[in-house]
Amino acid sequence: MKSFLFYILITCVCLCMVVGPTGATTIHVGKQHAISSIIQAIAKAKNGDTIMVHGGLYQEENILITKSLTLIGKNNPVIDAQKKHEPVSIKANYVTIKGFTIKNSAHSSLKDIAAVKVYNGSHIAIENNILDNNFFGIYLQNAKNCRIENNRLQTYGETERLVGNGIHAWKSDSIAILNNEIAGHRDGIYLEFVTHTQVDRNRAQNNLRYGLHFMFSHDNQYHYNTFKANGAGVAVMYTQRMRMEHNIFEENWGDATYGLLLKDITDSYIQNNTFVKNTTGIFMEGSNRIQIQQNSFENNGWAIKIFTSCMHNTLSRNTFIQNTFDVATNGGKMTNTFNGNYWDQYEGYDLNKDGIGDVPHHPVSLFSMLVERYPAAMLLFRSFMVTLFDRSEKMIPSLTPENLKDENPLMKPDKRTVIR
Amino acid sequence: MIKIEKLSKHFGKLQVLKDIDLSLTPGQCISLIGPNGSGKTTLIKTILGMVVPSSGNIYVEGKNINREWAYRSDIGYMPQKGEYPENMSIGQVLDMMIDIRKTPSHLLDNELYEKFEIETMLDKRMRTLSGGTRQKVSACLAFMFNPKVLILDEPTAGLDPVATEILKEKIIREKEKNKLILITSHVLSDLDDLVSQIIYMQDGELRFHKSLAELKADTGTDKLSRAIAHVMGYKTMFTKEVIHEQ
Amino acid sequence: MNNKIIKYVISDLLRNRTILFYTLVLLTLSLSIFLMEDNTDKGIASMLNLVLFVVPLVCIVFSSIYLYNSAEFIALLVSQPLKRQSIWLSIFMGLATAMTLAFFIGVGIPTFIFAYSLSGITLVIGGLLLSLIFVSIATWTAVRIRDKSKGIGLAIILWLYFALIFDAMLLFLLFQFADYPIEKMMIAVSMLNPIDISRILILLEIDLSAMMGYTGAIFRDFFGTHIGMLITVLVMLMWTALPLWFATRHFKKKDL
Repeated sequence: MKSFLFYILITCVCLCMVVGPTGATTIHVGKQHAISSIIQAIAKAKNGDTIMVHGGLYQEENILITKSLTLIGKNNPVIDAQKKHEPVSIKANYVTIKGFTIKNSAHSSLKDIAAVKVYNGSHIAIENNILDNNFFGIYLQNAKNCRIENNRLQTYGETERLVGNGIHAWKSDSIAILNNEIAGHRDGIYLEFVTHTQVDRNRAQNNLRYGLHFMFSHDNQYHYNTFKANGAGVAVMYTQRMRMEHNIFEENWGDATYGLLLKDITDSYIQNNTFVKNTTGIFMEGSNRIQIQQNSFENNGWAIKIFTSCMHNTLSRNTFIQNTFDVATNGGKMTNTFNGNYWDQYEGYDLNKDGIGDVPHHPVSLFSMLVERYPAAMLLFRSFMVTLFDRSEKMIPSLTPENLKDENPLMKPDKRTVIR
Repeated sequence: MIKIEKLSKHFGKLQVLKDIDLSLTPGQCISLIGPNGSGKTTLIKTILGMVVPSSGNIYVEGKNINREWAYRSDIGYMPQKGEYPENMSIGQVLDMMIDIRKTPSHLLDNELYEKFEIETMLDKRMRTLSGGTRQKVSACLAFMFNPKVLILDEPTAGLDPVATEILKEKIIREKEKNKLILITSHVLSDLDDLVSQIIYMQDGELRFHKSLAELKADTGTDKLSRAIAHVMGYKTMFTKEVIHEQ
Repeated sequence: MNNKIIKYVISDLLRNRTILFYTLVLLTLSLSIFLMEDNTDKGIASMLNLVLFVVPLVCIVFSSIYLYNSAEFIALLVSQPLKRQSIWLSIFMGLATAMTLAFFIGVGIPTFIFAYSLSGITLVIGGLLLSLIFVSIATWTAVRIRDKSKGIGLAIILWLYFALIFDAMLLFLLFQFADYPIEKMMIAVSMLNPIDISRILILLEIDLSAMMGYTGAIFRDFFGTHIGMLITVLVMLMWTALPLWFATRHFKKKDL
């Protein structure tokens, strides 16, 4: 009985292999096989074929894929471009690149050379690859419905000009960028004119400029990413309808360094993120109607710098702990709402025990205003005089914006925020 | 022994010593008297180098003391008010002075140390001492190093009669050893039997410097206190005739 | 200098209740700061107030009071066969040793235990130098001003000047010249205040220089180099030596 079932199973498997992919074949590439070059294999292959590349070092010319192929690396084959050309170029739809190590692309900022570059394609998957010491990592140009998943990208640029972005997409739509690790590039992930894209669970670390960078890219979202020790964690510019949730921004520390940089952003959500040890947690300029909720800001220099060019933003149920300055602004009128946040610098009381402080909290200190206007005044940081200034300003507010206040400061952090 | 030439001292506009000329010889016990503010203490302090004169010179054993300091090992000084670091014990103060003077222990004069029974209070802290005890310590220190010159500023103020008597006897004995002793004092009767010369100062000027016998003869009294009272009472009478007394 | 006098001044000061109290207060505060703060850099930032304001205040006021209270004793020393210069320097050495020792026990040891890092070491060195400097300034005021209450008043005013008024003037300057590149000039101006020098040095070490932005970068460029560091240390030593030198010079001619 058992053996009968087994035979049925085997038969099914065989049927699937022979009949399933209509006429598709698998071409093996490797030293032990008839074909030892990937380029040859591609030349032989027809649409829908799979090229199985076995372990070994492949130092070939530019591998140009113009057919719908699945390239699978087995036992970690290494494609080494020896700094001469672009390792892999894709000019077709339905292409999969999986399981390769691709390294040493040529460097050219004129041609934007990438380890894997997609020219006008759709339904392309780039998975489980290791990209080492390339100029750009993965470059999508006019791409649609692509998936970039589980790749590890590392390069060793010293200045921004000498190195390209890790994952770069331009004029693309519906891209999923998931679970990648990117280090040492200019921007970890760069998206320009990209829409409906999801960036989840990636880790961008030690990139020279930004961990993640959006330009003119609407209706995108990123969740559960970690941005650590980049020039700035995430920069979002000239973009609408973004969702930024459950990310960690940490140790983005240095001159002109931010956890999250927002410039001309509208109608977006920043929720449940954690900002730890950034010079500036969130830097906002010209950004309107953003919901900033349930984030936690800990040990930052400035938790939030919000300029008066920002209007109708709402900050609520956020947690501010141990920041040098919680909120800084360049003064004047404020149309942003701070409501129901937890401030560890709050000195009020809660007589009716409803968990909400009975007096409003003014999160902007006089000195932070001063520094915004005269950056050199930072020279006097932590001097006795500044302490006195701030104390007296707290008692009789005169220069800090009167309407920048939290009417309902929480006595305890909101339970839904993630605190380290 | 000590020679003072044309010594003047200004404190700002105030002139506290005016062209003082004096010659002090060993074997004398000289009383320096005068009303408050007459310049007695300033004179003492210039000799000790504590006050720097505006003009004039002081010679101790023929040497000009200007910018010198070693000559002070020949001088024992008992200040009017002996103040010492308050957390030091008497023993430490004595040790420190002995350290500073570098006098070998067999040359130390421990007479007052013994007679004032200072040994019994060596561990006492200076801040706990009464004024009288401090005076005893000061006196003990002034005599301890066998100096050739002793300068005592109000030595008996605050001392009890027994201690005063001990101190007086000591002064007499030192005088007999051919030392120069310079004393300022208000309480004249205490010193009657010690003094051999009188220096009288007023308003920063030296009015006279006479031996006791001369003074008594001049004033026609046989008691020092009376003689002084006479001088003070009729000071205008004396101003002219006293000038060249030495 | 005279070792004997130094020895006796120190042994007098070490029994002084104020010094003992000062040491204990420093020790208690440092321990409580370091035990409550698990982030050492934050701990050091909290220690800043202690080191930059309390230490100079105590050093200058205590030294002034001590010098005024010792006036008679100093006079007695002057009547002894001693060089005036060596008397004054010895008293300074005694005071300086006592104050720095108190600081080292109260702040140095806890810092080395809980925050043995470059920033911790900078904090301790800064505090030690500030102790020396403010003792030195006290010797100058005490020798210049005969009246005790006026002298202590001046000591407090000087402390206020260095801790507060100088910074207020600096801020005013900043506002006036905000349109010019004044950062480099600010380095020079900050050299006029030992408290500011120490504060900036420590802040740079606890990596707040990023928050100081362009100013911080300029400061780092200066203080981060060996030459800059050397100049800074020299300036701090000058701040110790100059008041003491003026004080000694005046003491040599002073009427006691």
